[in-house]
Amino acid sequence: MDWAQLWEIVSLPDNIPIVALVVLVPFYTWYGLRQARATDRLIGELEASPELAKTHHRKIHPFKPGWARELQVWPYLLRVEFLAAVVVTLVLMVWSITLDAPLEEPANPNHTMNPSKAPWYFVGLQEMLVYFDPWFAGVVLPTLIIVGLMVFPYIDTNPLGIGYYTIRQRAVALWGYGVGFFLWLVLIFIGTFVRGPGWMWFWPGQTWDHTRVIYEVNRNLSDIVGITNPWLAAIVGIIAVGVFYAGTGWGIHKLVTRTPLDRKIFERTNLLQYLTFQFFAITILVALPAKMLLRLLFRIQYVLVTPWFNI
Amino acid sequence: MEPDNKQEKSGGSAIIDRARGEIKELTEDLKKPQETQLWKSVFRVKHERTDPRTRALGVLSNVFLHLHPARINRDAVRYSFTWGMGGITFYLFLVLTFTGVLLMFYYHPTKIQAFRDILFLEHDVPFGKLLRNMHRWAAHLMIITVWLHMFRVVLTGSYKKPREFNWCVGVILLVFTLLLSFTGYLLPDDQLGFWAVTVGTNMARATPLLGHEGPFGVELGMTAFNDVRFALLGGSIVDANALLRAYIWHCIAIPLIVSVFLGVHFWRVRKDGGISGPAPVMLESEIKPVRSLR
Ligand code: HEM
Repeated sequence: MDWAQLWEIVSLPDNIPIVALVVLVPFYTWYGLRQARATDRLIGELEASPELAKTHHRKIHPFKPGWARELQVWPYLLRVEFLAAVVVTLVLMVWSITLDAPLEEPANPNHTMNPSKAPWYFVGLQEMLVYFDPWFAGVVLPTLIIVGLMVFPYIDTNPLGIGYYTIRQRAVALWGYGVGFFLWLVLIFIGTFVRGPGWMWFWPGQTWDHTRVIYEVNRNLSDIVGITNPWLAAIVGIIAVGVFYAGTGWGIHKLVTRTPLDRKIFERTNLLQYLTFQFFAITILVALPAKMLLRLLFRIQYVLVTPWFNI
Repeated sequence: MEPDNKQEKSGGSAIIDRARGEIKELTEDLKKPQETQLWKSVFRVKHERTDPRTRALGVLSNVFLHLHPARINRDAVRYSFTWGMGGITFYLFLVLTFTGVLLMFYYHPTKIQAFRDILFLEHDVPFGKLLRNMHRWAAHLMIITVWLHMFRVVLTGSYKKPREFNWCVGVILLVFTLLLSFTGYLLPDDQLGFWAVTVGTNMARATPLLGHEGPFGVELGMTAFNDVRFALLGGSIVDANALLRAYIWHCIAIPLIVSVFLGVHFWRVRKDGGISGPAPVMLESEIKPVRSLR
């Protein structure tokens, strides 16, 4: 265990935000889910007793008849905002006094940095370059992520759970987003803490060896099956991808129609919405990690090889 | 002569009396500045009054506060609902604008001066180092808070009807927030930024159709000197033109774009019925049948 190496990576000023993420994301997840559990308990009670449902104010926050339902923004909201601004300013001040922004040597095109990493928030995309060609990892995938995020509200046809924390009413949507968010963070984590010189895999705490060479022969799926004819290889690739999409789509369908509520929501989803949902769910949430594992565990480079592009 | 003298005397004392009176009035004003014409011309509302109507007017008649409604759901002021993340993100954007403008006074976007300007800023400009650090860390923090803001919006289901469009505006803000950070990365003109931007823009080479190494790029006549990467860098390598372009995107174009979308975002939060909750829970048995919705 090379603690010095680990410390060198963790304490890099530009990596501090990731360390902050490692603390903040779990904290806020817990903070949100705690309220979701409280709400879910309330929902359970209200569903068990229609009488209570008629009279209850239906929030987890205390309320008594006669209390104002609305508050003046001045001072009740503005004072919170002011306080938040003060706290953020203080945090930023302390951070800026104790930790200096990095400045390397002047830019020098003749001296390649090794490893040369993108800023941490894009390191996930850079890590994708290991698994896909640049046109896919660098262009198509980010586009898919952006479009996927934008269509998210339009394919979530669940009418419940607007404006309160809950898991039980929105399990599918939360799992979907949660898995995607988690994947994104894992990619950043790998790119930052695992990748060393030559973008090679060094476990956290393993010493970066700048002379290391890996003789790793990556194969394509078609090579493994023993096909050399390029057209046949393309057809095999298309079939493999097609089977994967169909199989995964079937699995996802089973997952999102498990409970009566899920089925009720499915009823409200039209074909276009459902296909869009399936496409993004399969592609980003399943195919992506699947391809990563194929590459990391079985050294498979391309699944689909065509004369024009490879995936 | 005498009357004249007398008159003069009384005229003089009248002036003095008048001046005395006015000084007295002025000191009265100083004791109660809120009663002056000057004050009233700026603030139309009596802020010391605490009745609901005056307080509501205080918010509505102030250009900076009128983004807010006058009143708000009693539980929405709780930190636990929004985590304050949208507001904090906006505050960081303001901090970045402020520190960014100050940084611009010390920075020339040229290959000869850029790196030296940073050294000068760090070692000679009073508080220069603090200024640069604050700009840098606020940028990183803003990305974290945007992600957390999104995460909150998902957890509370706030992206759903009628707020779908505002979610999309949010996604655009997310993209531009990231691009804002990324374009700033190159500006110190050091190894870190240079190679990060080299790696990043090399991907643009492979853009399908529009990049000279991407699928169908060559077929469409793309070369290293006319493709999308060339447009981003203003050349085929990361050099002086790329620095200038990054600078203009970073300091002018993207901040302007973000400001416009922020305006839309805040406007829509209000127009979509204010903040989404904490709303009373709805039960499964209360879902309206599909037919009646269409
Ligand atoms: C520059 C970045 C952004 C800023 C400054 C910003 C600011 C805000 C603010 C101040 C609010 C009021 C409530 C709150 O504080 O949570 C808000 C609400 C909202 N934001 Fe953002 N936002 C940004 C990015 C985003 C992103 C990336 C998304 C999602 C993709 C998003 C989606 C929404 C939605 C849907 C609401 C309404 C929430 C509700 O009614 O509960 N925003 N935003």
